[in-house]
Amino acid sequence: MDSVAVIGASLAGLRAIETLRRDGFEGRIHLVGAERHRPYDRPPLSKQILAGDWETERIWLTSDEALSDLGCEPLFGVSAVALDPETLQVDLSTGDALDVDGVVIATGARTRTLGDPLGGVFTLRTVDDAQSIAAAFDQGPDRVVVIGAGFIGAEVASTARERGIAVTMIEAAQTPFERSLGTEMGAVIVDMHRDQGVDVRVGVTCEELIGEQNVTGVRLSDGSVIDATVVVVGIGVTPNIEWLVTSGLDITNGVLCDATMLAAPRIVAAGDVARWPNRLFDEVMRVEHWDNATGQAVHAAKRLLHGSSVGEYAPVPWFWTDQYDRKIQLAGRTTGFDEVIVVEGAVEDRRFAALYRKADRLVGVLGFNRPRHVMRYRGLIESRTSWSDAMAAQF
Amino acid sequence: MSFKVVVDYDLCESNAICMQIAPEVFEVRDDDFLYVLADEPEETQREKVEEAVQRCPKQAIAIAEA
Repeated sequence: MDSVAVIGASLAGLRAIETLRRDGFEGRIHLVGAERHRPYDRPPLSKQILAGDWETERIWLTSDEALSDLGCEPLFGVSAVALDPETLQVDLSTGDALDVDGVVIATGARTRTLGDPLGGVFTLRTVDDAQSIAAAFDQGPDRVVVIGAGFIGAEVASTARERGIAVTMIEAAQTPFERSLGTEMGAVIVDMHRDQGVDVRVGVTCEELIGEQNVTGVRLSDGSVIDATVVVVGIGVTPNIEWLVTSGLDITNGVLCDATMLAAPRIVAAGDVARWPNRLFDEVMRVEHWDNATGQAVHAAKRLLHGSSVGEYAPVPWFWTDQYDRKIQLAGRTTGFDEVIVVEGAVEDRRFAALYRKADRLVGVLGFNRPRHVMRYRGLIESRTSWSDAMAAQF
Repeated sequence: MSFKVVVDYDLCESNAICMQIAPEVFEVRDDDFLYVLADEPEETQREKVEEAVQRCPKQAIAIAEA
């Protein structure tokens, strides 16, 4: 293998390059990134950048010098538009093409939107998005409406409240995070936002964004209208797979890989765009978390370089979200769980750890300001610990 | 050859990822603060500490060659 194209210049793409070099790859590395920026860290966007606490300089994951030291040839502001899995030719939006011996697909995902955008309606994924929303917050809007109480929406609501802005957050489900956390734990998050003054409305959707050029309000499915000049839409993301339509790869809800992150001979995938069978949970999954982007990229790069001897990628997914003064962390795979039990601390204090059971196994741990417990139990999930053993554990 | 573990406590948010990767070096205690158990770990810990550097969500850990 003499040359590799890494398609996607965010966290996963960068970690893949670093791993290739650390493991001794000496060939050419092309880095193709659709954004005009070098790789940067996304978690601070909804928090420190939106709050105005950080200069943008602080989010860069690497410097031009470090990229050059890695011997990678970056193409920023350029998209890949097609991949031929036989010849490993990557066609670019510039009309040029790369002919390589290995490909890392790390094109990530993009935000879902609510149709034609009015002025004042935003989604949050990129640093440009975050700067636009921060600028809108700087204008001192009377109210911000957050559509979708997922983690991005909840973080935006949290940051807006900390800036003293009135917030209405609407959520289609009766309980936010119902699927992943369950109604009881989802309600803890809702209560936390209400205590901070957020007007949380559940079981309603956005019927209409009102306004001519700029948004002036939101009409909800229950008929009510909320006046707002800033609306942030956080209704999830969709993987960036359109450029692979002609490749013949399975791109249903992400690039399907085998358990080692191989999508096809000499092609691996990692990050938000990758779907793979995680043997630890016997489930084909696509994980949109920061930690997975890193771990999966390291694994995928090693798979490309060393072959199947690197084994399967079977992690315990983990993420954190910071809302107000709470650090909320979830490790495991809780969808479809049978039972949740608080094992440490108290829900009323919003400082606790709760375990999730599925059949006779520990499958998840949720922590509110309990990072130590989350990581200990994460270890137990990784070792397929039974529910009874997990309940008996003392940390 | 030995190395030093350097934590930027202004950045650290006690996510405890490092503790899971290298429990001999990092510990998040009940007060939610991170404690470095070995400032200059054994060379055998280097690979784990490097992984902790890479996996830290706040990029708060660095290695300095001592």
